[in-house]
Amino acid sequence: MDLLLTLNLSISELVSPLTAAYILCAIGLSVHFGYTGLLNFGQAAFAAVGAYGMAIGVLTLKLPLLAAMGFALLCVVVFALILGIPTLRLRADYLAIVTIASAEVFRYLMSTSGFSEVTGGSNGLSQFGYEFYTWNPVPKGQYNLGLFTWTEEEVWLRLVAFSLVALSAVLVWLMMRSPWGRVMKGIREDEDAVRSLGKNVFWYKLQSLIIGGLFAGLGGIIFVIAMSNVQPSTWVTTFTFMIWTVLLLGGAATILGPIAGGMLFFVLLTLTNELLDGLRAIGWLPFLDQPQVAQIRFILIGLALMLLVVFRPQGIFGNKKELRFNA
Amino acid sequence: MPNDIVVGKAAPGCKKIDPIVVASNVTRQFGGNLAVNVEHLEIPRGKITALIGPNGAGKTTLFNLLTGFDKPNTGEWTFEGKNIAGVSSYKVARRGMIRTFQLTKSLNAMTVIENMRLGAQKQRGEGFFSSLFSFLWKGEEARITETADDLLKRFKLDAKREDYAGSLSGGQRKLLEMARALMSKPSLIMLDEPMAGVNPALTQSLLEHIKGLKAGGTTVLFVEHDMHMVRHISDWVIVMAEGKVVAEGEPNVVMKDQAVIDAYLGAHHDTDLGTMKKGK
Amino acid sequence: MNQLVASRVTRVGLLFAAVAVFFSALISGTGASAAPTSHTNISFHNTDPSVSQLIVGGTVKNDGKGVAGIKLHVTGQGFDDIATTDENGKWQLVVPTKQKYKVEIDLTSLPKGVGLRDPNVTVREADVSVTDTAAVLFPLGKSTRVIQSFGDQLTIRLFAGLNLGLLLAVAAIGISLIFGTTGLNNFAHGEMVSFGALMGYTFAVIFNLPLVVAGLLTILASAIFGYFQDAALWKPLRKRRVGLNQMMIVSIGLSIVIRYLLLIFFGGETKVLSGTFEAVKLGPIDTTMSTIWSMGLAVFTLAGVALFLTRTRIGKATRAVSDNSALAAASGIDVERIIRIVWVVAGGLTGLSGLLYGLQFQASWLTGSQILLLLFAAVTLGGLGTALGATVGALIIGFVVELSSLILPVDLKYAAALVILILVLLVRPQGVLGKKQRIG
Repeated sequence: MDLLLTLNLSISELVSPLTAAYILCAIGLSVHFGYTGLLNFGQAAFAAVGAYGMAIGVLTLKLPLLAAMGFALLCVVVFALILGIPTLRLRADYLAIVTIASAEVFRYLMSTSGFSEVTGGSNGLSQFGYEFYTWNPVPKGQYNLGLFTWTEEEVWLRLVAFSLVALSAVLVWLMMRSPWGRVMKGIREDEDAVRSLGKNVFWYKLQSLIIGGLFAGLGGIIFVIAMSNVQPSTWVTTFTFMIWTVLLLGGAATILGPIAGGMLFFVLLTLTNELLDGLRAIGWLPFLDQPQVAQIRFILIGLALMLLVVFRPQGIFGNKKELRFNA
Repeated sequence: MPNDIVVGKAAPGCKKIDPIVVASNVTRQFGGNLAVNVEHLEIPRGKITALIGPNGAGKTTLFNLLTGFDKPNTGEWTFEGKNIAGVSSYKVARRGMIRTFQLTKSLNAMTVIENMRLGAQKQRGEGFFSSLFSFLWKGEEARITETADDLLKRFKLDAKREDYAGSLSGGQRKLLEMARALMSKPSLIMLDEPMAGVNPALTQSLLEHIKGLKAGGTTVLFVEHDMHMVRHISDWVIVMAEGKVVAEGEPNVVMKDQAVIDAYLGAHHDTDLGTMKKGK
Repeated sequence: MNQLVASRVTRVGLLFAAVAVFFSALISGTGASAAPTSHTNISFHNTDPSVSQLIVGGTVKNDGKGVAGIKLHVTGQGFDDIATTDENGKWQLVVPTKQKYKVEIDLTSLPKGVGLRDPNVTVREADVSVTDTAAVLFPLGKSTRVIQSFGDQLTIRLFAGLNLGLLLAVAAIGISLIFGTTGLNNFAHGEMVSFGALMGYTFAVIFNLPLVVAGLLTILASAIFGYFQDAALWKPLRKRRVGLNQMMIVSIGLSIVIRYLLLIFFGGETKVLSGTFEAVKLGPIDTTMSTIWSMGLAVFTLAGVALFLTRTRIGKATRAVSDNSALAAASGIDVERIIRIVWVVAGGLTGLSGLLYGLQFQASWLTGSQILLLLFAAVTLGGLGTALGATVGALIIGFVVELSSLILPVDLKYAAALVILILVLLVRPQGVLGKKQRIG
């Protein structure tokens, strides 16, 4: 086992564009759940709407990529309205079930063969992202940054992804320190109390759903540009639950929580995977084969989720007094 | 006391000289039970009115209905002459009819001062786009904070300003909720059991606050079980039992009313009558 | 105390014994008690590199000429692939293990006006358990496909819907009982279905036990699994006064953990568990005895649960706890004990449904998570926390799923059920049979 390579691989997760995509989704979920208290179990759908919106915008509507991204975000807003207007009046646990069901319905619709001319069916879509690299201002070449060597395209993708993460974090910070954010936190604590003070709770929840959804939509866009394809099987419920784990790890009602949570999550995941695989390779884990070692990662995700919720619901950065789950 | 409240004789559902709330035929059914069945009810403006009755009389349900937190099966009511039946709760609050809750709804994971600031209405910084630009709402925020600090001082919560509301005692939370409701300078404040759980040392000052509200022109309607408080501060008393208004009148008169004593005895032999006697 | 435990165990045991007796009576009555023998050579991970290449292939001809572009779906233990014919009508696939494969011809890929010469046979067998190659032929001819009348299709779908609804009901009652008594939305319930299905596979196929015995052991193992989940996880969390939304997220974590543990232990391939049941034709409906027995068993179990809840002391206490656990506790009911029993019963029932699901469809580590949302849909539709509601909801979902394919593409049938769930929640949040709650 090459410890240095293991470390290197793990640390590269810190700045992987996929990590940035998950972080964006988690920032969105922090607006939903951390600040407004909405139990959204369909975050995968918001990301998927963003991803498919962009891909379909380019491939079917023949839009330029930037316009397609705009179209994708518009789709996210429409999705949030369709989902939110009828459901935001429901009890919290019903909202959880409706959002998870809606996300699955969206996924089925994307993978059904009936619409495959537009959605690509179960094969998904690809070849929509070339234009992204034509914007690349980074000169051609290999960039050696100590630990990693990246091509100009890899540098550009990471630059964009993490700029979006930074921008989103600043936006959330601006929103949440304002009186608007105060209303959101009030709704998280007790929506009837906020209603009794003359605030249109329903409208605020809808705004929260839209804004958090837009961050997730951006996350979906980054995800599929990094993967250079969009497939329906990505947006399963496990995707949503990983975002929850990321968010709860860092702290749901914090600005830096989703970022630190995302980075830590993927570094730890890769680190344990590589270590276990290394142990297996030198014969210390005779009862496991290579794919099984990869499967252990999911067991760790599940365990992390359980332990976090029970023992540290406020996350690493959260203030215990600031976030508690309202049963 | 000269009669400046009622037109004619005091009776259940009687007309008032200057009503702020007028409700007719309000009913609310739960299962087969009529929890509220009020034929006619008027709340006098600028007075302190107590709503009393045994547990399960429908007082809180009536509060919920009038403030839009629950939907009636039938009924019409007006506030300041305008029909507000079927109007959403937040719009009712915006019109100046603010309520508190029996089970205190302080926002526990927010500080006391943030709770207070939330009470102010029509804040520019509560709009999404203006929230991003602090210069648009900094001035307003400072004014709101000033009002909030004033109120906190009056309610002796100023020392707790930066504490989380969740760390306050039950009584302090009641006070906070009332102070928060006053942030919007309501024309009618509806208090659901404001005294429950409040430290006896604080009750006297709380009573003074409520009287002070009246002096400031705010109408007060409150639900209370503490008959001492009812007698002490209210100008008018409305008695409910089994969803209906069974008696109305000035406190001294109503509490001697046989119907009232029956209503309490019918439902509860112990607590309520006890406090009533103590009150006398 | 020991006596108490003993009596509790006997009572719970009685329920399962009753189910079990019925189960055994049914299966032995059919004379089909032999476990499938063709699967006994299957190990957990069935890729054996020492075997030379195994090939399944064939030619699709119409009037002596090969037909290009025909799709053939080949499935077997741990194998699932699609082959397409070349311009000569030839196709072939390399398959991993010595076993029997099913080859299904995709009728939609046939040219217009061309059909199977034998229209009833769309699936044929390719046996490479003895030889290394197997040829499968689908002779074509003029389309003689009889288009089923709408009435026949409807009957077939209704039957399938009833079957699915009953299977879902047995599992949904478990969710409903747990939600009713503890308030927990248990997202790990799907994994209890998978557990049942895979235990069934373990006992019936790996240990090659008679189906009756395997069924009993599956129910027992699932009930113990339910008890264990409550004792090791949920009871301590209730003691800590962890909130219900928190517990819901814990159950999500648990579902991921169990799902991947099952994957590691059983491997990713789909297991075939079905016995050698004879085919049955009921009017337009083609089915097997196993389906009919499974439906009968489900009805019997549901009736048993209904009797348990309405007639027995523990059942009545369970309903009292569901209604108002504080009041139930005040009137002397040991709420924790009821919850424990509910977990055992729910575990057993869900294991049974997993077994039946595995017998009729397939068993894999994903079996449960695929139907979890349908179960939630059933429970929510009927009104959270009522066992009767869960049954009715499950039947509705079963019918919606199967009937939807009369108008919608088959791959949207689960979506149809979820859309119905969302719509019902919007119109009637308390569910079809639930009562409106008093607010405030």
